[in-house]
Amino acid sequence: MSTMTESPKTDSAGRADVVALQRSWWERNGRTTSIWSARIALIAGLIAVWQLAAGRIFDPSFTSRPSDIWTRLVEWNADGTLWMHSWITLQEVVYGYALGSAGGALLGFVLTSLPTVYRVLDPFIMALYAIPKVALAPLFIVWFGIEMDMKILLAAVTVFFLVFLNTAAGVREVDRGLIDAVRLMGGGPRDIALKVVLPASMTGMLTGLKVAIPYALIGAVIGELVASNRGLGYLISNSAAQFDTAGVFATLVVLSVIAAILNFLVGLLDHRVSRWKPAEART
Amino acid sequence: MSTLLDVQGLTKQFVKDDTGIVALRDFNLQVEKGSFVTILGRSGCGKSTALNLLSGLIRPTSGTVTYHGSPITGPRTEISYLTQSDTLMPWRDVRRNIEMPMEISGAPAQERRARAMDLIERVGLTGFERHYPRELSGGMRRRVSLARMLVGDPETLLMDEPFGALDAQLRTDLQAELLRLWQDSGQTVVFVTHDIEEALLLGDRVVVLGLRGRCVLDREIDLPRPRDPDELRVESNFVALHREMTEALRKGAR
Ligand SMILES: Nc1ncnc2c1ncn2[C@@H]1O[C@H](COP(=O)(O)OP(=O)(O)OP(=O)(O)O)[C@@H](O)[C@H]1O
Ligand SMILES: [Mg+2]
Repeated sequence: MSTMTESPKTDSAGRADVVALQRSWWERNGRTTSIWSARIALIAGLIAVWQLAAGRIFDPSFTSRPSDIWTRLVEWNADGTLWMHSWITLQEVVYGYALGSAGGALLGFVLTSLPTVYRVLDPFIMALYAIPKVALAPLFIVWFGIEMDMKILLAAVTVFFLVFLNTAAGVREVDRGLIDAVRLMGGGPRDIALKVVLPASMTGMLTGLKVAIPYALIGAVIGELVASNRGLGYLISNSAAQFDTAGVFATLVVLSVIAAILNFLVGLLDHRVSRWKPAEART
Repeated sequence: MSTLLDVQGLTKQFVKDDTGIVALRDFNLQVEKGSFVTILGRSGCGKSTALNLLSGLIRPTSGTVTYHGSPITGPRTEISYLTQSDTLMPWRDVRRNIEMPMEISGAPAQERRARAMDLIERVGLTGFERHYPRELSGGMRRRVSLARMLVGDPETLLMDEPFGALDAQLRTDLQAELLRLWQDSGQTVVFVTHDIEEALLLGDRVVVLGLRGRCVLDREIDLPRPRDPDELRVESNFVALHREMTEALRKGAR
């Protein structure tokens, strides 16, 4: 059909009209703005209640108070404590997360392309997955000492399983019809892997990446709580040992900021690869 | 004219649990180069299975399919197959979906793009290049599939009820479009349908299948082209053919 000539104008095909929308700033951004306003109001309200209630209703030596936490953060910022410990934990979290997710995604793709091997390994993988990873900490100390390696691995192990299982589920749900379509176009295993399996399993992999973020933090912090003299986990246990609740809360604030940043970064990735999905299905 | 596609004693048996399901038994078909053959049959008579075998997607239990004299052992790029269900990549926009076969065959980006834009215009989708499949209507998706099938300039087209789920008007439009695209192209078309009128409107030849791909009728259609659906419907020749097909379909179900 290379010799077709004039182009058809079949406008009877129920084509929707494309209309340029004149939307005001508020129509475009109103929803986001009001949601953010509500969030800020909520956190401000909580802080205010906490501040007022501490000393009247609660004992501040147990619950601390926002102003004390802030003072502690300012102090730690000035003497460098905050940055030193945060940097250690951040490194452990990022390395552990990267290692675990790279390994999990890779193995997810490889094992699903070897269905027989996967079936053989499946019960063992599930058994390993079911082990509470905290229980591995003493063993890792014996193997790797109490330096950063052990915390990185503790974080990586949990992340690994979550990313692996979700990636594998994503790969297994790939539509057969799409694979056949590529075969019909003359595509080989490489084309199938890159042009169908990879994009189709992205949703599953991203779910794994998202749910794994808190576990990377848990792994690193637990490792530090168990055995360490540096890092935010150590800072928590050290502050608690001195009955410094402001210090404990200040560290928790820092940890949640780290989690929020990681969430944001994975969210960006998600947004980039999910553009084709309907807006309602995006998160 | 020479035989392009030669199907001999094709049998396909699916295995489900401990039972075998025979979808197609001893199916024979010869297709001449450059002809438009429509295969007509009731639902479940093995039409899609037959096309899957012709395209090389699945392997027959027994029997052979030869193309240009050589046996088909897997999908080949000279044969393009429009499957019954949509298989557009949901993460690719219209243009990139249409480009896909050329991308796989390794055509340079510029050529790919020019060819895709040309086809988008021909199937009447100008302005929708950047839309994703879910943002299109069912009929528009079929057009994209049609364009994707044509982009690699295949020699032979296999089409499985391509306009089955569309409204009557759109169906007529797309049938006309397909005929216009096919004329003078020298391409060979095997077109599967369960609609008698469609089979008669499009085909040089209609093959009616009964249960498990038993051939009940194989007839040349000598209606003059171009065929206009509205005029055709009242022509006595057409009415007679229509009756013959209805009878054949009924016979095939027994
Ligand atoms: N993968 C499969 N496994 C088991 N049975 C199958 C399979 N594919 C098809 N069949 C059986 O083969 C028979 C023919 O199926 P086929 O899809 O070829 O029908 P069809 O003529 O294309 O019908 P329709 O017009 O509804 O698309 C059906 O009875 C179906 O149950
Ligand atoms: Mg079918």
